[in-house]
Amino acid sequence: MKLTAIRHRWGCLQKMETKYRIEVPEFCLIAMVGGTSSGKTSFANRYFKPTEVLSSDFFRGMVSDDENCQDVSSDAFDLLFYAANKRLNHRKLTVVDATNLKQEARKRIVSLAKEQNVHAAAIVLNLPEELLLERNKARPERNLPERVVRQHCREVKRCIRGLKREGFRFVYVINSTKQLENLEVVRTRLWNDRRDEHGPFDIIGDIHGCYDELILLLNKLGYRETEVGFSHPEGRKAAFLGDLCDRGPKNAAVLRLVMKMVKTGNAIAVPGNHDAKLLKYLQGKSVTTAHGMDKTISELNACGEEFKAEVAEFIDGLISHYVLDDGKLVISHAGLKQEYIGRTSSRIREFCLYGEITGETDSYGLPVRLDWAADYRGRATIVYGHIADREVKSQNGTFCIDTGCVFGGKLTAYRYPEREFVNVDAKEEYFAPAKPLDTESDADMADMLMVGDFNHKMHITTRLLPSVDIDGNNASAALETMSRFAADPHWLIYLPPTMSPCETSGLDGYLEHPLQAFSYYSSKGMNHIICEKKHMGSRAVIILCRDAKTAQKRFGIADGTRGIIYSRTGRRFFDELETEESLLARLDHVLTKTGFFEDFATDWVCLDTELMPWSQKAQGLIRSQYAATGNAAFIGLSAAVQALGQTGERENFAHIDSAFTGQNINPAVLLTRFKTKREDIERYIQAYREYCWTVNGIDDFRIAPFHILASEGRVFSGETHVWHMETIKKYITGSDPVFMETPYLCVDTTSEESIQKGVDWWLSLTKEGGEGMVVKPETFLCRQGHMLLQPAVKCRGREYLRIIYGAEYLEPGHLERLKKRSLSRKRALALKEFSLGMESLERFVNGEPLYKVHECSFGVLALESEPVDPRL
Amino acid sequence: MLLTITYEGQNTQELGYLLHKHPDRVQQFDLSYGKAYVFYPEVSAKRTTAALLLDIDPIDLARGKLGSRDGGLFDYVNDRPYASTSFMSTAISRVFGTAMGGRCEQYQELADTPLHLTAQLSSLKDGRETELARQLFEPLGYQVTTKRTLLDEKFPEWGESPYIDLTICGTVKLCELLNHLYVLIPVFDKQKHYYTSEAEIKKLLDHGEGWLAGHPYKEKIARRYFPARGSYARRAIDILLAGEPEAQENADTLEETLPEENSGETARTPLNTQRMEAVRDAVLKSGAFTVLDLGCGECRLTSLLLGEAQIKKVTACDVSVSVLEKAAKHLHLDRMPPFRKNKLTLMQASLTYLDKRLKGYDCACVIEVIEHIEPSRLNAFERVIFEYASPKTIILTTPNREYNAKYETMQKNTFRHGDHRFEWTREEFSAWTKHICERFGYRCEIRGIGEMDETYGNPTQMGVFTKNGN
Repeated sequence: MKLTAIRHRWGCLQKMETKYRIEVPEFCLIAMVGGTSSGKTSFANRYFKPTEVLSSDFFRGMVSDDENCQDVSSDAFDLLFYAANKRLNHRKLTVVDATNLKQEARKRIVSLAKEQNVHAAAIVLNLPEELLLERNKARPERNLPERVVRQHCREVKRCIRGLKREGFRFVYVINSTKQLENLEVVRTRLWNDRRDEHGPFDIIGDIHGCYDELILLLNKLGYRETEVGFSHPEGRKAAFLGDLCDRGPKNAAVLRLVMKMVKTGNAIAVPGNHDAKLLKYLQGKSVTTAHGMDKTISELNACGEEFKAEVAEFIDGLISHYVLDDGKLVISHAGLKQEYIGRTSSRIREFCLYGEITGETDSYGLPVRLDWAADYRGRATIVYGHIADREVKSQNGTFCIDTGCVFGGKLTAYRYPEREFVNVDAKEEYFAPAKPLDTESDADMADMLMVGDFNHKMHITTRLLPSVDIDGNNASAALETMSRFAADPHWLIYLPPTMSPCETSGLDGYLEHPLQAFSYYSSKGMNHIICEKKHMGSRAVIILCRDAKTAQKRFGIADGTRGIIYSRTGRRFFDELETEESLLARLDHVLTKTGFFEDFATDWVCLDTELMPWSQKAQGLIRSQYAATGNAAFIGLSAAVQALGQTGERENFAHIDSAFTGQNINPAVLLTRFKTKREDIERYIQAYREYCWTVNGIDDFRIAPFHILASEGRVFSGETHVWHMETIKKYITGSDPVFMETPYLCVDTTSEESIQKGVDWWLSLTKEGGEGMVVKPETFLCRQGHMLLQPAVKCRGREYLRIIYGAEYLEPGHLERLKKRSLSRKRALALKEFSLGMESLERFVNGEPLYKVHECSFGVLALESEPVDPRL
Repeated sequence: MLLTITYEGQNTQELGYLLHKHPDRVQQFDLSYGKAYVFYPEVSAKRTTAALLLDIDPIDLARGKLGSRDGGLFDYVNDRPYASTSFMSTAISRVFGTAMGGRCEQYQELADTPLHLTAQLSSLKDGRETELARQLFEPLGYQVTTKRTLLDEKFPEWGESPYIDLTICGTVKLCELLNHLYVLIPVFDKQKHYYTSEAEIKKLLDHGEGWLAGHPYKEKIARRYFPARGSYARRAIDILLAGEPEAQENADTLEETLPEENSGETARTPLNTQRMEAVRDAVLKSGAFTVLDLGCGECRLTSLLLGEAQIKKVTACDVSVSVLEKAAKHLHLDRMPPFRKNKLTLMQASLTYLDKRLKGYDCACVIEVIEHIEPSRLNAFERVIFEYASPKTIILTTPNREYNAKYETMQKNTFRHGDHRFEWTREEFSAWTKHICERFGYRCEIRGIGEMDETYGNPTQMGVFTKNGN
């Protein structure tokens, strides 16, 4: 049996017992090639999913209602390729079902494959002419002239030979119906796909012949030398990032060691540009031996031809990069762009060896490289080398671990999944770097945010809620707020969530009452709750570092400040930096004195607090709205009361006919009504005044912390609220009057007595206009089954609510209407914002990239644009 | 919320006839936003006082009975139910409509006679513009008395109240007094409780008949009467000035008022126009074909640039979507001819986030923008523009703080605009440009825009940055 076999690794139609086998990569672009009636469509439909097959007939039908209409071919193919491109974007295998007999048609397929960095494959149906003629006759609906069928058959035969050259990586030719009937199509994984290898790995950066340091590092990592080479007793695998040779002292020894480890399965390796160049040299191509290659060559020459051949074979067999551990880890010499992951092409291979170079050179004569890592947003950790620096460079979940050993730096390993770095110092500077290791790189944009991550609909995955969606319009609004008002995003590791009130009370004369707050939790099985006094101030997040150096190192803040106090919208609380600095200094003093930093093994802390007086932040609002309304109302109502009083006192008013109603009204009734209004206004003025006082100096501020949110390595969401309260008492409040304790009371909802105590406490807090209290479950995070519960609900005082719902809200007729309010949107929002707030803290503490942290804070701000009744 | 009208003279009880309201009753009228009451606190032969009291339901107001379905026009905590506002004007016309028309069947002669009348209004919001009441009422022949209290006596540092109690006293016909009040009350606080339609122009002219055209502050009255409708005000003014209506189709595009900072130069070209022209000239001189207008505002510069043959592409950016929507309107984007439209892109962009879309332009214009950025964010701003976008030419303008001394109305230590975070002196600006040039490899030429003052320099300073190697 004669097969048309065009050999190259894959690509030969192999006979397996009685079956013929076609192997294609699980992700590639396949062209069906065959004349009319050759059975392409049946073939495609038999071996591929219907959604994988893009048929030209189908698209002809789509644009013209007629699958056979040849006049619309151009538009039909535009659509087909548009669809193919979209599929390939999503890493989906795609089959182009068209005759593909013309070279131009095939060229379009190959260039799409190249652009998308996937392999192109061709499956050719080269069936006997007679068979096709017969089939053609049997298809009356598209019976073509015989000469067309013959012409197609000739074209098929003619094109086969050139397909490889045209750029099809795999070509399978089916020559007979027998082959066709005994066929199987097998999908294979890409060579770089090692997702089934889970390590653990010790990824080792550029060695450049530094054999001694490599041995030290392997030993430090726990590898032991046996007769078959180095191996790890726990079965760990070394992963070499390439550039094994050149510049350093013992290149041949390094090559020998690495080759042995790879051969014995104790290591994997990817090639570096120096290795690739060595291969070229070994294959007899001309290369420049500058940049430290001469040393390698003379060493290899000393080792003999056999070893040289071994090295050449080894390097030739290396795969440019690997995707490991279920796609969570990628290793490559020079890194990998996000859109290249899971693909393969010569372009990608180039990238893995050299990075993306612009063709320009910098002032040191080094090629200028594009900063791919700055754009990286993928989920996989990428570990790479290639560009030597003094320290490991981490950016957006990528790590460059070339720490310039050969230049007198150190040799670094990245332990995965532990995510730790292990290194050994170079014994000496073996080679002088063109650019000193400590040179600051100008093009480092890692500490900047990209607008493209935020100016559209967002979908954020959090630990507490699987997905939080941010609407595009809200994102736009948040972008404006962030840009115009927010502090440096490096500081914004948390924005506080909104808080829902308790359900509306059924009790007469109350809009909110603690019983509803208690029953929210008790009805969901939470019997132990905590009531915290709600301070009437402004929400303030405080971040304090022990010094400006910590702020720079941990937060990336370079302006010399060592902390910040910001509002719930991320805006700096104080326009005058001195005020902020004085308050931070006092906090620092307190925390240092109480030993907080030692006890928590941290040099920074993030606190959730209430800052008073309210009039400090809300000055403008109080004057323009609260005080102004009070002033206008009091004067207006006083004038009305006076005029009505005067009217009632008029003598001749006595003879008013009370039966004469209609338009008429008794002045006494009216007088009472306006007197009540005036009393309401007086109470209202009293209520807002309660929260205002004049600040003459730092001592007039009050800060009541209520959550210790995070410190180095920790987010304190696992601690109970009592822990937070007591820890704050222990470390922050009590000594400096600026820092105020928050009174609290624990309530057991199974006990009537305890509930009554809670109600009484609230009544006493709110009698004089106090804002009320916040009711929380015992634990910081609280679920009923899978459902996340509100982290807190507020229960506001009767008098206080006048400044929310207006002076007269308690008057009959008003309160009933106000009681009709819906909390569901507010509650959904509170949960989303809470999840985002906690998520951003977790991400920051875990050292995730800036954009990942910012995404959450940004999300909270965006959600604040949701239309929700602002009085809730 | 309370208006009293006092008639002094003889047989003053007849005020009841003039107002068509019985002096011995308290009458109640339903209005769409609450109730109005009319009663007489004082009735005697010598002196009779009628009172119009409004009782506005604050909850209805907030819940949107009068406004949109969700939210409503006003907050629950709001002065509207208590201050004297357009609600009062509406109530006057509802309750005293006949009197306002000057009709009184039994006492027509009295209605046509100027009487000694005093009107008192409580809580009228003049926003601390102390001269306003006098400016509005004195030309009409009233004696004006105002009373103002502290905003909150417990906090004297908060200053005075923005409300006054107004007393005007004069010898006028009752209908005149009512029309004066009807027109001038809403002029005080520049806020109306109802949607202002074109019909309002006619209303203003009708009620102002016979007195508004001769009022020395008629333009101010018209502008404040239509707070959000510059074009209506302009049309009303035109009519008042010319005495007869004429068609003004393009009234929408007319500039409403000059920016406050131009107060120093009334007769000459407005500073903003000078600035835009200077920037346009600099863009053209730089040889740019493609231009970014960063912080485009209402797209004045973009508009100028679109008219230049040299410019092939303009991308106008602002951080505010609502500003962009206004700009699109201002540019008439929906009916812009395709050739012009194809040159133009409007998009939201922030100047503190890196933006790939800003790369590849010849020139970026950053006109009166930098002073709106928090000083702590300037570093990010610099990197976004000079390092990341890094066009060949960057043209940046910002106020010269020294020149503020020339603006008489400006208070010390304030900025030209409430949103400015800083304003630089010439020296500060020059130092900043040096820092930019060193850090990012540009050279800079500084020029002044606007009238040159020996001591203070020009009101606006412009830096034209050119990338080294160009």
